[in-house]
Amino acid sequence: MFYREAGDFKTSYQDDNQTFPIKFDRYRYYFVLFVAFAIIPFMINDYWVNAVFLPFLIYSIAAIGLNILTGYCGQVSLGTGGFMAVGAYAVYKLMTIFPEVSVLIHIVLAGVITACVGVLFGLPSLRIKGFYLAVATLAAQFFLVWLFNRVPWFYNYSASGQISAPERTFLGEPITGPATEAWAAYLVCLVFVTLSAIVARNLTRGSLGRKWMAIRDMDIAAEIIGVNPLGAKLSAFAVSSFFVGLSGALFFAVYLGAVEVGEVFGINKSFLVLFMIIIGGLGSIFGSFAGAAFLVLLPVFLKNVLVGGLGWPTDLAAHLEFMIVGGLIIVFLIAEPHGLAQLWRVTKEKLRLWPFPH
Amino acid sequence: MLDQEQGYVTADGRQIGGTVMDMRNITLRFGGVTAIKDISFDIREGEIRAIIGPNGAGKSSMLNVISGFYVPQEGDVYFRGQKRAPMRPYEVARQGIARTFQNIALFEGMSVLDNVMTGRLTQMKAGILSQALWRGKAEKEEVENREICEKVIDFLEIQHIRKTPVARLPYGLKKRVELARALASEPKLLLLDEPMAGMNVEEKEDMSRFILDVNDEFGTTIALIEHDMGVVMDLSDRVVVMDYGRKIGDGTPDEVRNNQEVIDAYLGVSHD
Repeated sequence: MFYREAGDFKTSYQDDNQTFPIKFDRYRYYFVLFVAFAIIPFMINDYWVNAVFLPFLIYSIAAIGLNILTGYCGQVSLGTGGFMAVGAYAVYKLMTIFPEVSVLIHIVLAGVITACVGVLFGLPSLRIKGFYLAVATLAAQFFLVWLFNRVPWFYNYSASGQISAPERTFLGEPITGPATEAWAAYLVCLVFVTLSAIVARNLTRGSLGRKWMAIRDMDIAAEIIGVNPLGAKLSAFAVSSFFVGLSGALFFAVYLGAVEVGEVFGINKSFLVLFMIIIGGLGSIFGSFAGAAFLVLLPVFLKNVLVGGLGWPTDLAAHLEFMIVGGLIIVFLIAEPHGLAQLWRVTKEKLRLWPFPH
Repeated sequence: MLDQEQGYVTADGRQIGGTVMDMRNITLRFGGVTAIKDISFDIREGEIRAIIGPNGAGKSSMLNVISGFYVPQEGDVYFRGQKRAPMRPYEVARQGIARTFQNIALFEGMSVLDNVMTGRLTQMKAGILSQALWRGKAEKEEVENREICEKVIDFLEIQHIRKTPVARLPYGLKKRVELARALASEPKLLLLDEPMAGMNVEEKEDMSRFILDVNDEFGTTIALIEHDMGVVMDLSDRVVVMDYGRKIGDGTPDEVRNNQEVIDAYLGVSHD
């Protein structure tokens, strides 16, 4: 009823180019931002932040990153875990080498370093496509994990081979290390997520995004209308790896605090993020959020229902949880192969006309 | 008859200018197969130039040579008086040559508007930072190029589908969108590979009108491949006829129509 375009006339192309051209959408977006920034920080405790919000926010950034590469540019990557590790180790080295510089700057720089590494491993994409490229990025995954395990310089020669984040503050409030308050960690991640989403959206709706999508849909035609495939593919790898590196840096510095590379950034992580964008919707920023929410929140929800609600033993619940999540993924992909984002789009189309059928 | 610099006047009184594209002694081989044998012809400013011939004559290969997709083994391509070094297709596009494809090659996952906007990519130069923030050059450029695209969209009468995903469109409209994408780049030379393949009579009439209008209003030089002889004879100013990779005729539609070799190629010739 209230979800209407009628009467909402656009008189300039700027207006028509907006991210949310429909007024109702725009207000909902502002409302979500308001709740996320002004209400949630005052209501959350350690459990909510560590089990729900931090993983959701951080995986959202990783999913946005991979979605740019796979969903928008059509280059399959199985190296996400490895690139997240690059972000984590980059921020660790930066934090220990330049302790006086703000950790927020380090996190962004970690993204830049990951972007460079991503471009390097993106070079094979100029020659190979599809499954073969996936295998090439798999090599990146294993090589990077091996590198961070075997070269002691990366973990500052610590005896355990782990890296752990030293305490760093922003405006006097610790945001990394064990003394971090839940709301501070949440706000740091939220700021990065919001900025990442806005930047990703701007890039994908502009000329760079069109280049990526042209390469994805038909690379030969793209080249004939004037897209340099080298530039388009490598820029997709760079931007994608930047976001993945950001998420890796946050995952280590703000969320976990201590990391053993093989355990945290293994091949499982690559698949998890890939599943997020497939379930959420390839080629959609909203889909990245939806997919991250689905795979982070569903296990938590199931655990609460099964253990907390029905009083089942924890081990039984844990196994059932795997089965249910796996089953739901299959059901989802059969019912809506284009992911949650498509479901959302269809709902909106229907809502625009509701209650009339046409 | 034809002067290199001076043009000629067509039957309907249009002034045709100097040479835009000059193909000199082009030979293209794929392994042992010779697709194009020593062909020379020119395309002049403002004219509609047709390339015709039976199936497998090498017409599409010729177009692919012009658009830089194939590099000929022998011969030179002169574009606007300059000899063209072997270059990648995207570099050719930046010189102002746009084309459409025999089998539609649109970007199916994008809307019509986005497809047309991809035609402007060679003109969009904003840096990645400006694009990331959607401020300054990127935003300005987006609006400026949108205006040009909207003119093309108006011109080809596809306003009503501008936000529709291309995958949902019927064949005839897809052909039109592809023409729009090529036109959006404001090409100096437009190559059309069978723009009317698979269309019914009405759609062919529409498309013919658009091709003539493009030539008339924007003064775009057009080279087209087409099988429908009626269309070719009506639209084009000069025609190149190819058969088995050789050029067997070149001239105005009337000259070509009365050329014995062309008639033989199309109708067959008795070997007795």
